[in-house]
Amino acid sequence: MSTPESTDVVGDPLASRRVFLDHAATTPMLQQAREAWIAASAITGNPSSLHAAGRSTRRIVEEARESIADDLGTRPSAVIFTSGGTEADNLAVKGLFWARRARLGIAAPAVIASAIEHHAVMDPVEWLGKHEGADVVWAAVDTTGRVNVDFIADFIDRHASKTALVTVMWANNEVGTVQPVHAIARMCKDAGVPFHTDAVQALGQLPMDLSQLPAAAVTISGHKIGGPFGVGALIVDPHESIVPVSHGGGQERDVRSGTFDAPAIAAFAVAVQHAVAQQRVHAEHLAALQTMLAEGIREVVPDAIINGPDPGNATTRLPGNVHVSIPGAEGDALLMLLDAAGVDCSTGSACTAGIPEPSHVLVAMGVDERTSRSSLRFSLGRDSTSADVRAVIDALPPAVERARRAGSVSSQRVLDSPGRAGSGAR
Amino acid sequence: MRVVAALSGGVDSSVAAARMVDAGHEVVGIHLALARAESTSGRSRGCCTIDDARDARRVADALGIPFYVWDFSAEFAEEVMADFLAEYEDNRTPNPCLRCNEHIKFRAVLDRALALDFDAVATGHYASIVNAAAGPELHRAVDPDKDQSYVLAVIERELLQHCLFPLGDSVKADVRAEAQARGLRTASKPDSHDICFIPDGDTPGFLARTIGEKPGNIVDVGTGQTVGQHRGTFTVTIGQRRGLDLRIPGEDGQARYVVDVNPSTDTVYVGSPELLDVIAMDADHVIWCADPLDEEWSEVTAQVRAHHAGSPARARLVEGRLSVELREPIRGLATGQSVAVYRGTQVLGSGRILSTVRASAPART
Repeated sequence: MSTPESTDVVGDPLASRRVFLDHAATTPMLQQAREAWIAASAITGNPSSLHAAGRSTRRIVEEARESIADDLGTRPSAVIFTSGGTEADNLAVKGLFWARRARLGIAAPAVIASAIEHHAVMDPVEWLGKHEGADVVWAAVDTTGRVNVDFIADFIDRHASKTALVTVMWANNEVGTVQPVHAIARMCKDAGVPFHTDAVQALGQLPMDLSQLPAAAVTISGHKIGGPFGVGALIVDPHESIVPVSHGGGQERDVRSGTFDAPAIAAFAVAVQHAVAQQRVHAEHLAALQTMLAEGIREVVPDAIINGPDPGNATTRLPGNVHVSIPGAEGDALLMLLDAAGVDCSTGSACTAGIPEPSHVLVAMGVDERTSRSSLRFSLGRDSTSADVRAVIDALPPAVERARRAGSVSSQRVLDSPGRAGSGAR
Repeated sequence: MRVVAALSGGVDSSVAAARMVDAGHEVVGIHLALARAESTSGRSRGCCTIDDARDARRVADALGIPFYVWDFSAEFAEEVMADFLAEYEDNRTPNPCLRCNEHIKFRAVLDRALALDFDAVATGHYASIVNAAAGPELHRAVDPDKDQSYVLAVIERELLQHCLFPLGDSVKADVRAEAQARGLRTASKPDSHDICFIPDGDTPGFLARTIGEKPGNIVDVGTGQTVGQHRGTFTVTIGQRRGLDLRIPGEDGQARYVVDVNPSTDTVYVGSPELLDVIAMDADHVIWCADPLDEEWSEVTAQVRAHHAGSPARARLVEGRLSVELREPIRGLATGQSVAVYRGTQVLGSGRILSTVRASAPART
């Protein structure tokens, strides 16, 4: 299927006038997911209650759990519902670390993480290093953002009995690099080291059969695949022990307490089912647009740098991702200008206050800070069309020209300013 | 016009932006991230006033304009904070708001806005732009209690054409009422008076923490007696009375003021207020918002603080330095403060006070 499934998508009054190319941040909810959500919201009963009302809501949750397990090739008991990807990542990183540390009986076991993890993994890992004595090891990546598997293999070879956890994302959220998670999971399994992967970006764009991935835990999220915000899951190997992060009513095998959000979980299951069933056609649709967008950008901005692996090969790069650095222009200026031209995209890194930070992903790939600040991420989705791509390619040259003028002003200002060594140049 | 509305998160900038929207301009709301604070997770993340950033965003929502945060924290640290600390270490008394207006709001922000094809920057300052035949002029606001032209006396003349001050013709009470009527959430927000990077208002404490304490004696110039201790000569300001914690009362029972400091002996001198009367000053770092003065004396009004009505004076420019002679003395004037000169309501320019001439020099003992 090469036509967009626009009928599946909730109508947004802005959509007709604007081009939304930030699907990696979030993507519109599927109509079927909304229907499941609304239907489930009409049912009374706490899923943990023992009476009929409770059972009727619990049934929704359990059917969703089975549906997700079936779609992903795992067992229902493996599915631990969470409030989203961040909570699932925190639970995986901290929970697996604590459980493994207790098993190993050593004070400061190692945690290996790739240098390009999402903050939802990176920050818990750093926190373990600061507050729990973890010996944190960041695995380097190459210039395309692919993690050094030999390094991890070698480390595990020598230090398996001192390693609590290895965590490497399935595909990177900024530059789209697909990681060799199957190879890493296998070597971890063989060495008896728990492996976690954040699969939030991969789900729906890459084939995903967890029966073929010997991982201790896998993170997925609802709103990246057409489900609602605020729901996700950690798929935990039932044989793996994991220490809870939040304590309470003992739901989810005591691993994740808290009342189930049954409507969100029902909608999430619909979105997972759709993501898995449509994965191949979806990826083909995205890949065609990805190639068109990358080539179009190169044509209108000849010195633009496409970061990450070559577009058009979904075994090495997410088909929905185009990440570009435009020398001489600041990413946030470009974002603002494109926003004004009706195009929603991202600088690839954002924080709550809206202040762009230099991307740790690009820095790890060896991109200098200045180039890193001149970056934009376009991420394609289910309802993206070739007209959207053409609109971006049309909007880009004037935005680039203007942003470059602004960029040269700010570097000029730094140079002109007396008593300033240029170290503060942005 | 395409206008950048600087949204601080306060009531004034909210109404200023609203008026720009009403005037039919294409307005984009910008909140400036200036002073950075560590977040609880230890990562530097955003400005010190997260509530203000949030209010600014919500005002933009209410006005239906795009909103972005522009990060000028590196520039702010270098141009404003570093200057602030260096000046105090030098026993001068800087006004960081002027430096911020000079280097950040009406330089870095304006440059960026113009480069991005905006025509102007609008702020909630109380001041007026008057379009005269020879070009735009900077004037006082109509509300004398709120007039902020003093802190804007650092905008170079050629930049005035890109500055919009939509509140110049309004009084504060009306601006609040307008915010209320427009349903802006900032309508009842209290005015900010503190230096933005010292939110608790304790400047001496901030300086002692940042520069380090360098304690010494406080000496009464009349008696030569040591009457108290200080945390560093840089933590006091000429003309200061409060917060000295003097343990020995003055001879005549009168309040005593900081009249002089001697950093080489770490001594602060206090004395009677008459010793603080300044009759003339020289200033460097001169910036003209209008035709520059020349070597001939011109009749002006000199203003030395944000909340100072201005004193009749004459001024001239000699070898790049602004000389001001006051018709009547101004009490308590520290070097490092800025002097703005006006002709009528028009701001001519400003300089940073390098030296002062007192009516009667305090005799150090």
